[in-house]
Amino acid sequence: MIINHPLLGPRDSQEFVYLGDAALIHRPDGMADGSLDKFIDYAYLRDNPAGEHRELWYHEQGDRSWLVVTRNTVTHEITAVELARDVARREGRSK
Amino acid sequence: MSRISGGQIDRSKTLRFSFDGVSYTGHPGDTLASALLANNVRLMGRSFKYHRPRGVISAGSEEPNAIVELRSGARQEPNTRATVIELFDGLQAQSQNRWPSLKFDAMAINDRLSPFFAAGFYYKTFMWPAAFWEKIYEPIIRRAAGLGSLSKQDDPDTYDKGFLHCDLLIIGAGPAGLSAALTAGRAGARVILADEDFRMGGRLNAETLEIGGASGADWAAKTVLELGSMPNVRLMPRSTVMGAFDHGIYGAVERVSDHLAEPLPGKPRQTLWRIYTKHAILAAGATERPIAFENNDRPGIMLAGALRAYANRWGVAVGEKVAVFTNNDDGLRTVADLKAKGLDVTLIDARKGDEIIDSAGRLGLKSITIRRANGQTETLHVTALGVSGGWNPSLNIASNHRGRPIWDDQIAAFIPAPESIAGLTCAGAAAGAMSTHAALTTGANHAIAALADLGLNAIADIPQAEDAPLNLTPAWYVHSGKGRAWVDQQNDVTVKDVKLAKQEGFVSVEHLKRYTTLGMATDQGKTSNVLGLAVMAELTGKSIPETGTTIYRPPYTPVAMGVLGGRARGHDFKPIRQTPSHKWATEQGAIFVEVGYWLRAQWLPRAGETTWRQSVDREVLQTRKSAGICDVTTLGKIDIQGTDAGLFLDRVYANTFGSLAVGKVRYGLMLREDGMVMDDGTTARLGQNEYVMTTTTANAVPVFRHLEYCRQVLWPDLDVQLISTTEAWAQYSVAGPNARKLLEKLVDQDISDAAFPYMACGAITVQGTRARLFRISFSGELAYEIAVPTRYGDAMIRALVEAGREFDAVVYGTEALGVMRVEKGHVAGNELNGQSSALNMGLGKMVSRKKDSIGMVLSQREGMTAPNGYRLVGVKPVNPSETLTAGAHFLAKGAAALAENDGGWLTSVVYSPHLGHSIALGYLKSGDNRKGERLRSVNLLANTDVEVEIVSPHFVDPEGERLRG
Amino acid sequence: MANPLKSLTPLGHDAPITETIGAVTITENTGTALASLAARLGYEVEVASIAQTAAIPLPGPGRIEFAETYAAIWLGPEQWMIEAPFATHEDITAILKPIFTETASITEQTDAWVRFDITAPDLPALFERLFNYDLRRAGVGAATRTVIDHLGCYVIRRADTEVSILGPRSSAHSLHHALTTAAKATF
Repeated sequence: MIINHPLLGPRDSQEFVYLGDAALIHRPDGMADGSLDKFIDYAYLRDNPAGEHRELWYHEQGDRSWLVVTRNTVTHEITAVELARDVARREGRSK
Repeated sequence: MSRISGGQIDRSKTLRFSFDGVSYTGHPGDTLASALLANNVRLMGRSFKYHRPRGVISAGSEEPNAIVELRSGARQEPNTRATVIELFDGLQAQSQNRWPSLKFDAMAINDRLSPFFAAGFYYKTFMWPAAFWEKIYEPIIRRAAGLGSLSKQDDPDTYDKGFLHCDLLIIGAGPAGLSAALTAGRAGARVILADEDFRMGGRLNAETLEIGGASGADWAAKTVLELGSMPNVRLMPRSTVMGAFDHGIYGAVERVSDHLAEPLPGKPRQTLWRIYTKHAILAAGATERPIAFENNDRPGIMLAGALRAYANRWGVAVGEKVAVFTNNDDGLRTVADLKAKGLDVTLIDARKGDEIIDSAGRLGLKSITIRRANGQTETLHVTALGVSGGWNPSLNIASNHRGRPIWDDQIAAFIPAPESIAGLTCAGAAAGAMSTHAALTTGANHAIAALADLGLNAIADIPQAEDAPLNLTPAWYVHSGKGRAWVDQQNDVTVKDVKLAKQEGFVSVEHLKRYTTLGMATDQGKTSNVLGLAVMAELTGKSIPETGTTIYRPPYTPVAMGVLGGRARGHDFKPIRQTPSHKWATEQGAIFVEVGYWLRAQWLPRAGETTWRQSVDREVLQTRKSAGICDVTTLGKIDIQGTDAGLFLDRVYANTFGSLAVGKVRYGLMLREDGMVMDDGTTARLGQNEYVMTTTTANAVPVFRHLEYCRQVLWPDLDVQLISTTEAWAQYSVAGPNARKLLEKLVDQDISDAAFPYMACGAITVQGTRARLFRISFSGELAYEIAVPTRYGDAMIRALVEAGREFDAVVYGTEALGVMRVEKGHVAGNELNGQSSALNMGLGKMVSRKKDSIGMVLSQREGMTAPNGYRLVGVKPVNPSETLTAGAHFLAKGAAALAENDGGWLTSVVYSPHLGHSIALGYLKSGDNRKGERLRSVNLLANTDVEVEIVSPHFVDPEGERLRG
Repeated sequence: MANPLKSLTPLGHDAPITETIGAVTITENTGTALASLAARLGYEVEVASIAQTAAIPLPGPGRIEFAETYAAIWLGPEQWMIEAPFATHEDITAILKPIFTETASITEQTDAWVRFDITAPDLPALFERLFNYDLRRAGVGAATRTVIDHLGCYVIRRADTEVSILGPRSSAHSLHHALTTAAKATF
């Protein structure tokens, strides 16, 4: 597999480590009320689509960027790769 | 005398070789098969099941019959195809699957017993009793049916792996591939042209066809020469592209040295290339298929195209009296070419209703029986027969991603479906374009299209070539008599077997394949699959496309296991990480242990010590009595800086870090988000915005990855920067009552308890060299860790040993380290097993609930906090002379060893020289309230049952007075 | 005070060694001090401007840039590895920190790496056996991290016929072995 790194261009997937669903970006606030239920959803409930899937990959043997890779789980086609930091900020993560 | 004129062999040189111990000669350019045929050897092997005498049927990698053991000794290689073995001087080959000899094979009795060995025989016969399978049936079957044998010695050769990049990979260097390469090469694209043959040109080398008025073989040679002069083109002969993988990656095996008696010094035997492409063109040509008739498997019967290839390319006449049986015009080329060579050739044209209904000749073809269209039969004495039932495009690689081939009525064969693989197109015969003109044109056009995608402009320059149609009328098998007509010669599958499969309901192609083993041998059915399908289609009254086809996985042809491993063998299996004291420890005769890639000193024996325990006990006792030195460089070190570094540490550690003062160290407990403990270690605050974290050796990489994840994905606006410094510093632990005195001899600053109290850290110098000092302890003794830039690591261990001489200080290894940490009750790898919480480890109070940290919330969930959960305990045998075993389970006295009585288990067991008996840490249900209880520790595997007492996990200095001393 | 501590090269010698295999030379290089430099959040512009004043180049992704005293390799977003002569910059962080003050995080990396300088007429032919990075396409000034025999290494193309490999210091022997083995297999 080839992941088209947004800064470094196409790189072999052997340089990367896979984590999982990019929904992990949306970590609940541990100090908020009802956080236990939210964390159980967050840690254990995942969609498992046959088709487009947003996933976190880490360029461990490269520049150590975490990436959000949009990959079709049926065809393995990769349609988008972004820096996870940019995605996280766009989706409201900050400090 | 079977050599005839012509051919691409170098008759000026003679190569000697042997087959089954008999010496022969051949020439450079020969394959083993062509050289054997030139020496009148037609019998080359025995079939898999019936041990029928078999000869070569093809002239390429599709060969099902002529498979031999090549070379001898450690280099002996089974199941190599004589048709692709390039002849070299001194080559030795043996036939296989026969006993005692190829001409007289005792197992040929199977052929007489064939009614018992029909399809499904194994499944039906060896069903019961089940116990017989492993001991009786399987060994018998393996002995009878096995193909070649292994040398059972280490492979003396080496193999490489490598990586290539190109704009356009062209698979196959026949007319289509050469035309594509020439078009793309001239346009400046980066081209790789790979072909499994040692001579590029494909079928052009086997034909008398003309291109641009010259012989096709000459055009191929001239084209290869031009391509070879282009710096942007890489020619890879002897290289089989064996599969298509995701995103334009192809695998290829280059046979670097297989054409030599042995590889040149330093050179690999083969190289596995991973080829990164932007586009690829499959121009692998087509494979001829036979027509099945009774006894169609005798040596001397071969594919019509192969018969002509041996004559044209290798100057070999397989027989002087020859017949050709064909259902298409390509077979007529064999007739014409062989006649031109002066041979006596008879044509049997299936399109006119003529058929071959039988053959004779025990070890080689002597005659065939022909049934003419008018029903008359006649016997014809021939020693060679060429058969052509048409050509199947070699589309295997195009179906590697599950793309289903589609049926083409014009050539009665499957062709690759368009866009079966992203970025791959098929040209020439591989796409069903069977004429030379069509090959040249489609090759060039696909290259132009591929290059246009890359923004390059290419121009086609197509020379004049034949464009004759195939004129094929399907004919699959001859309906006659009761004898056996072979479909798959390698696996001995006959028309009858296909009929039986149909009769028993195995109609789907996947069932047909597995029930009859059609297409399942080393050749993967390259000459037989479509024929088998056609027979099934006819039997079921369906069309062939309705019947379906199997698709292909990599590899295209068999691949040696060695090349998949590459250099990663023996000592080179993985890299080694050496600690800074490695050189010194080696001089001391240290015993090393692998910890990931690291080699760490496990213990350092002294003269007179004969068992590891003697060394380890001494190292522990002397450390606790005076001083011990240990290389702890392998612990992960992560430099954490930034104005939010303290806040970041509060998020990633369960305990509080924001309050840590500059110049202080704190123990940190790191959880996973599910609340289980991920890792532990210490973090030192070196400056206002500067920390250094240590991790366990095993988790150095995962923790760094996790911190980057937290920093980039969860909290992207925290001002934190990370970098690993594990390798930058050589770090030694100095522990024991004399640790300070020892260090004071080396350190340039005041490190008294007042100046440098417990859990202090800071920059110091060692005899003028920059260093870092941390007052932390894993052993429970007064201890420091001292770090110097790694280049001084060797000097530092020598300086420490020298300074320690007056205290009789020891250097201790990982075993003593482990003993001391168990004596002190510190958790390590066996307790940090990924299934344990802080509460389990007795560290539940460390998880701060006043701040949000990774794992804090889920560590509080139901089940994780149950009062009857596992808790860390200390364990000692009631009878001190008894030995504990790790992994033993707790049982109450008198309780049966059943899962429902299980109370937990012993995680870490050591012999404590300090206490003089075995001690352990363990996880025990409700263990925090059970001190003083007596239980049994039972290990059913080691057959031990020891009465134990539950104690505090802190066996040594529970109040921690020593480390504050 | 006893004698000062004596340093060893990553391969464990008193001085760097050179090995010649056919047309290939593989030289251990200990003449460079290294420090990582990462811009603090919000100080990216200041870091760029300070670096320019101090004649420290800060190249973009996949590149190395050379200046008179300093060279720098891009490591990751807003992070570089600064190279300087060891003879004058042994304590490189002590030199860089006052230049960048609190705008950047600076960490000593000199001893984290072994550096091998490899010269050969056709370097890509050698390295295509070792890593998947397309060195044939990468011109002078390309610098990237990739994997050689499981080891994360930086590949730096200093000249047409010269490449530096920065590998983990503790695996200096394994890396050296990989390089010499590939050289023998290639040429």
